[in-house]
Amino acid sequence: MPDDDAREDAHKNGDTRVEEEEKESPPLPDDEVAAAVVERFPGTVFHRSHGQPVVYVDRAIWGDLGGFLRDEQQFTQCVDVTAVDHLVDAARLSVPGVTQERFELVASFLSHPRNRRIRAICEVPAEDPTAPSLTDSYPGANFGEREVYDLFGITFTGHPDLVRILMPDDWVGYPLRKDDAPARVPVTFKEDPRPR
Amino acid sequence: MSDTRDGTRDDSDARSHDDDDFVPDPRLTQQTDEGAQELQPTRDLVVTGGPWPEVEGEGDTMIINMGPQHPSTHGVLRVMLELDAETIVRAKPVVGYLHTGMEKTGEELTYVQGATNVTRMDYASPLSNELVFSMAVERLLDIEVPPRATWIRMYLNELNRIASHLLWQATNGLDMGALSMIVYGWREREETLRLLEKITGLRMNNNYIRPGGVAAELPDGWQDDTLELCDVVEKGTAEYDELLTGNPIWQERLTGVGVITTEQALALSASGPILRSTGFPWDLRRSQPYLAYDEVDFDVIYTQNGDCYDRYRLRLQEILESVKIVRQCVDKMPPGDYRVQDRKVTPPPRARIDESMEALIHHFKLFTEGFKVPPGETYVAVESPRGEVGCYLVADGTGKPCRLHIRGPSFYNLQSMAPMMEDRLIADAVAVISSVDPIMGEVDR
Repeated sequence: MPDDDAREDAHKNGDTRVEEEEKESPPLPDDEVAAAVVERFPGTVFHRSHGQPVVYVDRAIWGDLGGFLRDEQQFTQCVDVTAVDHLVDAARLSVPGVTQERFELVASFLSHPRNRRIRAICEVPAEDPTAPSLTDSYPGANFGEREVYDLFGITFTGHPDLVRILMPDDWVGYPLRKDDAPARVPVTFKEDPRPR
Repeated sequence: MSDTRDGTRDDSDARSHDDDDFVPDPRLTQQTDEGAQELQPTRDLVVTGGPWPEVEGEGDTMIINMGPQHPSTHGVLRVMLELDAETIVRAKPVVGYLHTGMEKTGEELTYVQGATNVTRMDYASPLSNELVFSMAVERLLDIEVPPRATWIRMYLNELNRIASHLLWQATNGLDMGALSMIVYGWREREETLRLLEKITGLRMNNNYIRPGGVAAELPDGWQDDTLELCDVVEKGTAEYDELLTGNPIWQERLTGVGVITTEQALALSASGPILRSTGFPWDLRRSQPYLAYDEVDFDVIYTQNGDCYDRYRLRLQEILESVKIVRQCVDKMPPGDYRVQDRKVTPPPRARIDESMEALIHHFKLFTEGFKVPPGETYVAVESPRGEVGCYLVADGTGKPCRLHIRGPSFYNLQSMAPMMEDRLIADAVAVISSVDPIMGEVDR
């Protein structure tokens, strides 16, 4: 089983170093769904993260990817949509072939008939935090995308109901961004010379 | 898989191209005239939004808010309802009243402290959240949990599932007007929590499952206590069954109420009892076994109609299945360590600290700085009483996570509330909210 060998090597040598050596020719996906995604959307980078198949896709095809997985690969559910802000990372997992941006949009898909999962990640630059919405293919992504919009400020084009979900409607800022510091409310106690 | 070392690694994420011979469970397909067809998420559901349009026509609909302080909304859920007389035309759940930024807090806590944070998200089944967080950390660290720790985790998760479903039976009865159920359900739940308290030290928010294993060894006499509890729960469940299942008032109230189809549930990312109540036997414990669920014998309960009555019966039966697993855990509990003996991850035994300087240093470092996790990202999912609870964890090489995201099953399950309510009477809204079993702490995090 070639994937097992690759993973054993990865275990031996640490996480990312193996990939760096193979920069010239990225390894072919050893997962059939990922292989289909790479074939359908050229430019997609496959990565096996702790045994789980991950595809790094271009932002432009994010919505089409949902349709492809749903219609042609029997992925019946979009389990989760979330995002990561990599602004102040001490170290970041580097995947060869992926241009890293500040935000990463992460969606997990589950195929019940095939009993397998795949995770798709797309890089979202800080200066233009938008991405296509998955709600056309997966209505269940609605709440997840609203949460990402609410907490990260990434807007989803084509989402019909993009309003804040967890924070109050009039909230300023996006709490899960790393540069959005938690606010401090000064408290004044009786007979206290100054607020603390 | 040759690299499957323990139960925690054995999920189908690790499946590769060699599983072409995987045959889906025939029950996951739909029998039609043309033969078996795979179930597909429906295309009829579209997400709508924006402000609801002004009332058209003669102005015979009105919009009212149910909640967030309504007693049957299980916390602080608000449901916007558009009513035509007593019929619900549209429904929209509005959440966020309990948002306390726990994912942001999680970025400020070390991995050792992280379990105390995630356990407070789903306060009815805290151990599932601790489990999924710990499994994610262990996957990033590539550590293997000893078999005894795996079995203790499974045992406690099933106890927790019993407690959670008993809580649901109690409050569901209360919501439906079967007031005696709250007393009965609470009675057995209290016994379950008493056992959990004896094992973990706390009734709720246990912080017992931690990265690397569990916090402590099981107390003396846990087997007898557990078997006693199993008898109590089985007797209680039989009582509820007698009280409610065949009760004509109960049946009238719940049958055909809050119906959802498999196609709708799939499209709306529903999982757990909601998905199983539609005739779709999907349970991560069976389909993507983690811990040692492939070594115990239990049935995946599913029903056909997808209504509130089915979800009631299903949760009642799941209590019995969990009791079955708990009994097997008592029989098969392997000996050994209850946590990994890696001093960089788990603290040394208390007695060692008095005699070994190194143990003292390890203890100090672990509880002040925690341990460092190499950069990486992973998603781990387990079956909580409410459905798939997942943890997406991103590490950046420091002692604190870069991102800790919990995929709350209640959060996604709430979306299926709207199709269940629409075109039904407003009185049924209470039944629907209750049968979805939202835990607002997990929804809002």
